Amino acid sequence: MNALPLILTVFIACVVEAVEALTIVLATGITREWRSTFQGMAAALVALAVITAAVGPAINELPLTALRVVVGALLAIFGLQWLRKAVLRATGYKALHDEASAYLREVTAAQQAAKEARRGVTDWYSFTLAFKGVLLEGLEVVFIVITFGDNQKNYGAAVIGAAAAIILVTIVGIAVRAPLTKVPENWMKLAVGVMLTSFGTFWGAEGAGVRWPGNDAALLVVIPVVAVVAAACILWLRSRKAAVTVSAPQSEVVGS
Amino acid sequence: MKQLKSFGAFWYDFIVGDDWHVAALVVAGLALTAVVTHAAKVNAWWLLPVFVVAALAWSLHRATATRK
Repeated sequence: MNALPLILTVFIACVVEAVEALTIVLATGITREWRSTFQGMAAALVALAVITAAVGPAINELPLTALRVVVGALLAIFGLQWLRKAVLRATGYKALHDEASAYLREVTAAQQAAKEARRGVTDWYSFTLAFKGVLLEGLEVVFIVITFGDNQKNYGAAVIGAAAAIILVTIVGIAVRAPLTKVPENWMKLAVGVMLTSFGTFWGAEGAGVRWPGNDAALLVVIPVVAVVAAACILWLRSRKAAVTVSAPQSEVVGS
Repeated sequence: MKQLKSFGAFWYDFIVGDDWHVAALVVAGLALTAVVTHAAKVNAWWLLPVFVVAALAWSLHRATATRK
């Protein structure tokens, strides 16, 4: 398979994760203190490196069939979660993930928390918030890079996509020192959801013993089909919403 | 014990997410595909996509049906 779709898929997925991590780090660093925030970030990066070093070689030891079943299932589940959220947001059933409001919530919570020194860290709240944010979003980046890189036997392309995304978001974040509100996050999530679901379905079925018609070329059909299904779901939910009374619209609490 | 619970909750949320039915349907689809392919010798490439589409539609239906 051409490396470009792999690089683009990993790049877009990692931009979304990096933007979410940046929002948490900025809110913590600007409101509380940068030293503890950077310590939290550094600790998370070390933890990520350890997890990657442990999981990476273990994945290489798995037989390709078993790997494709496990990775296919995980990617399909991840992708469907992203698609579900993106469709619900696109149709107004769930509030849009607004980085500006997410940033304000983090800032308010950070301002209200008491300052406490612990284990050599001057502000434990900043440390743990930055640690959790970077670790969680970073885990998703690591998962995407390892699974896509290993299945396509092209770690280089996956790493290039992820590194480009993280470097780009970091540079823009440092330049503007504000949450990246102009990023069309929901549509990017929809696109990534389509890609993850498609690759997960393709690899999962292959691992289960299926031979796709046209082999790898089947992906060129699977991806548009999943995109059309997602679009059809948006139309379905919009018409469903329009059909019922608009007197009491409700939204879910914004998630990650 | 509390830390073990929060560790488990973190991984459950990370992997399964908001609706466990999605994960269950994907796993069921994979299992059925493997059985049909190996036991019945049918190249059921179409079976998992059907489960995936059904999982998305079912999950969206459940998420929106009570919000009328």
